[in-house]
Amino acid sequence: MATALKINGKTHQVDLPDDVPLLWVLRDEVGLTGTKFGCGVAACGACTVHIDGEAVRSCQVSLSDVWGDVTTVEGLGTPDAMATIQKAWADHQVAQCGYCQSGQVMQAAALLAENPAPSDAEIDDAMQGNLCRCGTYPRIRAAINDAASKLKEA
Amino acid sequence: MASIGKILRRTFLIGSAAIVGGVAFGAYYVTRPAANPLKPREGETALSPFVLIDQQGVTLFAPRAEMGQGVMTTWAALIAEELDVELDDIRVLHGPAAAAYYNHALMGESLPNKGYDVSDFQHNLGEALGVLGRTLSLQVTGGSTSMKDGFERMRMAGATARETLKQAAADQLGVDRDQLKTENGAVIAPDGTRIPYTELAEAAGQIEPPEVTLRDPSEWRLIGKSLPRVDIPGKSTGTATFGIDVRPEGLKFASVRMNPKLGGTMNGFDASAAETMPGVEKIVDLGTGVAVIANNTWLAMQAVEAIDVDWGDAPYPPETDALFEQIAKAFDDASNSTMRDDGDVDVLPEGATEITADYTVPYLAHATMEPMNATALYTGSKLDLWCGNQAPTLIQMRVANTAGLETEAVEIHTTYLGGGFGRRGELDFGEIATKVAMAMPGTPVQTTWSREEDMRHDYYRPGAMARMRGAVKDGKAVLIDGKVASQSPTQQAVKRYTGFSGGGPDKVLVEGFFNQPYAVPNYRMSGHIADLAVPVGFWRSVGNSHNGFFHETFLDEMAHAAGRDPLDFRIELTKTEFAPAAGCLEAVKEMSGWTGKTPNGVGRGVAMTYSFGTPVAQVIEVVDEDGTIRIRKAWIACDVGLALDPATVEAQMIGGMIYGLSAATSGEITFSDGEVEQLNFPDYDGLRMHNTPVTEVRILETQKHLGGVGEPGTPPSMPALGNALFDLTGERARSLPLNKQFNLMV
Repeated sequence: MATALKINGKTHQVDLPDDVPLLWVLRDEVGLTGTKFGCGVAACGACTVHIDGEAVRSCQVSLSDVWGDVTTVEGLGTPDAMATIQKAWADHQVAQCGYCQSGQVMQAAALLAENPAPSDAEIDDAMQGNLCRCGTYPRIRAAINDAASKLKEA
Repeated sequence: MASIGKILRRTFLIGSAAIVGGVAFGAYYVTRPAANPLKPREGETALSPFVLIDQQGVTLFAPRAEMGQGVMTTWAALIAEELDVELDDIRVLHGPAAAAYYNHALMGESLPNKGYDVSDFQHNLGEALGVLGRTLSLQVTGGSTSMKDGFERMRMAGATARETLKQAAADQLGVDRDQLKTENGAVIAPDGTRIPYTELAEAAGQIEPPEVTLRDPSEWRLIGKSLPRVDIPGKSTGTATFGIDVRPEGLKFASVRMNPKLGGTMNGFDASAAETMPGVEKIVDLGTGVAVIANNTWLAMQAVEAIDVDWGDAPYPPETDALFEQIAKAFDDASNSTMRDDGDVDVLPEGATEITADYTVPYLAHATMEPMNATALYTGSKLDLWCGNQAPTLIQMRVANTAGLETEAVEIHTTYLGGGFGRRGELDFGEIATKVAMAMPGTPVQTTWSREEDMRHDYYRPGAMARMRGAVKDGKAVLIDGKVASQSPTQQAVKRYTGFSGGGPDKVLVEGFFNQPYAVPNYRMSGHIADLAVPVGFWRSVGNSHNGFFHETFLDEMAHAAGRDPLDFRIELTKTEFAPAAGCLEAVKEMSGWTGKTPNGVGRGVAMTYSFGTPVAQVIEVVDEDGTIRIRKAWIACDVGLALDPATVEAQMIGGMIYGLSAATSGEITFSDGEVEQLNFPDYDGLRMHNTPVTEVRILETQKHLGGVGEPGTPPSMPALGNALFDLTGERARSLPLNKQFNLMV
């Protein structure tokens, strides 16, 4: 039986078993590969997406448990029309290998939606579930601070 | 010498080839024509193209893989610098696998000199030895060599292209070439008329390229500037394509399980439970493992886990302790290499105080963020393989062999790498994905390792031990006698890549050990190879990753035994031996406001390692917060000779340090019953945002040669942290990881 999912504003009919994690629905069925597989156990944050605005690990949400509208990194902005947070990521040249950055961006976007002016401690708290083996953390922090002040001006 | 000179000149001989509607510029192959990967017209196969200009614009083929080190951007900048185009106007692609894209700098690294003491003669010899890299088809991204390799050749390609395009314009206008200028992708006629390169490309393809000279550094517009990286927009928006993201039409998804007792056989398996699981399309017997092809990666992972496999035993002692007993036994055998033996270490200088210390570091996994994967399409007569990889020509040869095809029938599509760190220089993922896809001819199949499978089937940084003996007198180091023992990743890798045993002294085992720029009169450093079958490989900074810890922790112990400040002690020893190393130490001293004294509850440590041509000094500060120790601050100074892109150098220095600190604090791969005990990030973690130090980097450019930047940030991080913990607690860290001895913040 097909399950209907609303992803980035568009409804998709998905015909997969109920227990398939949202991550693998997005990547292998819907074709949205921006959301990354890193660990499968909610330990790295590479698969972070928003459900009704809340940052969640898509590797831990079964298809049948998706409770709201899904936003992936592709729904946030595009290379030609980046969201403020993505623009900050580009301005601060955050990415190295870049693999974890979709998840980092989604986690940061959710943080700023909830807390428009986070302190460094609050950034640490929100971002510590997102692993980056390249060690881009200093630039991530700078990009979040920059995006926060840009969003304030807007 | 004439022949070396000739080879050198020819190494940089840049030519052109006509292509449909345009022209390609690149370097000629040295001794015999290599197949041109871009397939220009017949009879013009002697060129390895780097830049291609046609009616659509300018395209650069970067033969090195982008794994986050910014190589695509910097190589593009080197061409753009001479070609007079804007970086935004160039399209940069990963080049296909091609023998002509050799890495000549990598072969130069294998010369038996210390590096910092290299003379111009040896430097030239190193360049000439790069020829060997070509004959071995070493299109490898590793050893922090990409920039050394590209620095001359990319600029030559750009300059040659520029002058050829100008000649085409000169012929068209009936003027001399030197009356023309170039600017922003166009030739400018004496009357100011702009002729875009795209309009000249076809004519340029018919012209023999003129000899060119490179611009003086004072004229550079791009080199030395921090440029916006070409891969950043894609990586900030989830649109960059990694190996795991390729989606050829009709793609199926697979996952794999190989023997967790690494290198052991597979005695048999029962897949009856897996066969009926949802989405499963095929069970594949790989001989040494099993795979499941399904319509979804997760379903494939579930099914492959459900296969009951009878695994054979590991071909090595099954427990960690027994492995280290074997490593320790290597000290009893004759050394494999003694690349430094100055003075006489067997005689203790009169009046000197002798100290000794033993050190141990564990096996380590690479743990790239993107688990191993590759996508293959096998048709019976052709094989396409998509993957992030650090060695496309090697992988091409290997999978051609796997599929029983000529290498020409194999096309390697290199994607972005979701982390390399040395792991993606191996060939296993390509080979296994090829075998899986061969079970379904005509259908592209993507094989993805679960994180657990990736963690437990790595080519690990080998566990290593050191026995150090030294002597101090009158506040100075007068003797260092060090022995390191570990498995040899080089010997294993040569065997894996070529099938032949790599013998002879292993320089990589003792790098960071024998070649440190300290003026110590009696100085002998030896390497002992432990013969074990645990798969080991190249892990960011390789031998330096353990030797940096051994050497710099011991130097710290010597400084304390001598009653000296450990930073001043190092500055004094490096000053005459290699001034750039002393310069880095002076820089971190100044940046950190080092006084040699720290208040209660604060500790500071220093270390300096010279690796990949670059000395890097680091000071790390730790702080005790109610019994928990936090790494609070770090200062890094490096001397890279010339910083092609300072923001990239900074990113690599910080990233390299964090990679090292991650290993130093908690990284450890252990074995039980022949199997790796760590499964996933909860038991093999890295630093996170909250426990990463605030870091300041200073880039120096005083030394003569271009140094590497991707790896040299890693080695000094581990001893600097250990030395800081000693300063804080008075307890010396002689083994890693440090969380076993200290209550570090996680």
